[in-house]
Amino acid sequence: MIRKVLYFLILIAFGFFILSALSAYFPFGENVLTGVARYYTEKGVKDLGGINIVTSVVTIYRGFDTLGEVTVLFLSVTALAFTLVGLKVEKAKLPKPTLIMETGGRYLAPLIILFGAYVFLHGHLTPGGGFPGGVIIATSFLLLLVTQENYRFKKFHITTTEVLAGTLYVLVGLLGLYYVKSFLGNFLKTGKPGYLVSAGIIPIIYILIGFKVGSEMTSALNNLKEGGDEH
Amino acid sequence: MNIESLIFYGVPIYLIVMGILVILTTKNLFKMLLGLSIMDSGINILIVALGYIKGATAPIYSRYPEVFEKVVDPVPQALVLTAIVIGIAFLGLGLALVIRIKEKYGTVNVEKLKELKW
Repeated sequence: MIRKVLYFLILIAFGFFILSALSAYFPFGENVLTGVARYYTEKGVKDLGGINIVTSVVTIYRGFDTLGEVTVLFLSVTALAFTLVGLKVEKAKLPKPTLIMETGGRYLAPLIILFGAYVFLHGHLTPGGGFPGGVIIATSFLLLLVTQENYRFKKFHITTTEVLAGTLYVLVGLLGLYYVKSFLGNFLKTGKPGYLVSAGIIPIIYILIGFKVGSEMTSALNNLKEGGDEH
Repeated sequence: MNIESLIFYGVPIYLIVMGILVILTTKNLFKMLLGLSIMDSGINILIVALGYIKGATAPIYSRYPEVFEKVVDPVPQALVLTAIVIGIAFLGLGLALVIRIKEKYGTVNVEKLKELKW
């Protein structure tokens, strides 16, 4: 008990130290845009045609970062499946879904998928994009896995979507290398800012990321429910 | 130290500190993962709060090309977008490992995992 109180006091002192240092050096709300942030906010729309600057930063200016992130996600989901191979799930412990859950889940799931598709299609115009859109799609599959009894989908379809999306993402990057001499560079016309078909390759990349994240998260949830698969 | 700094830096730092406290004091592996996740959220909120500019909007030029509003720093937000996904990935992998430990040793209490001591 004394140990816990001691930990608490030390951590509170530590937190207070960080808090006072942060508010002395970076007062809240008085940040100034310098360097790359200034360039992104001033030239970003003219450069790439996407009005959402965060999306432009994520997909083009820091495209390598996002590619690496997708790779990390893929690796960890694969490791999850590998860890759970042959796990025995006791079916009796899962509660049986009621009629309301079953019917509601069946009608709600397609609408959630539609909303996820909307979020990643409008990634360059509104807050959102491939990662949130993919996770929203995965939640609809989670709803189906929880509410439908004996619901299962073909793992082949999920794996194929994942592999196709990842390969096409790298392919788009290589096309950028071929046309504009820069990996993941924008090789399409930027179009009129603020329209759905604009911003060059940003929507293409975000659609691919949406499919990839959605399928990866779905397979991770499925593995956590049923034990891993061998692929 | 003004009141705004206290609130908008204080809350995420409190979350970080509480996450560390959970990791240090609990013996349950699952709760340790929850502590890590709380810490992760605190760090993300702190990074976004550092990029804030008073009176500025989100970095989306909805009325382009008419107005150039004052916008907040887009770089921390993009970095946090990355960090959130990595956080989900590590949480999933950690949960898988905890499930395996529970299956093999029958407990998630770190003190009772005898095979750790050698």
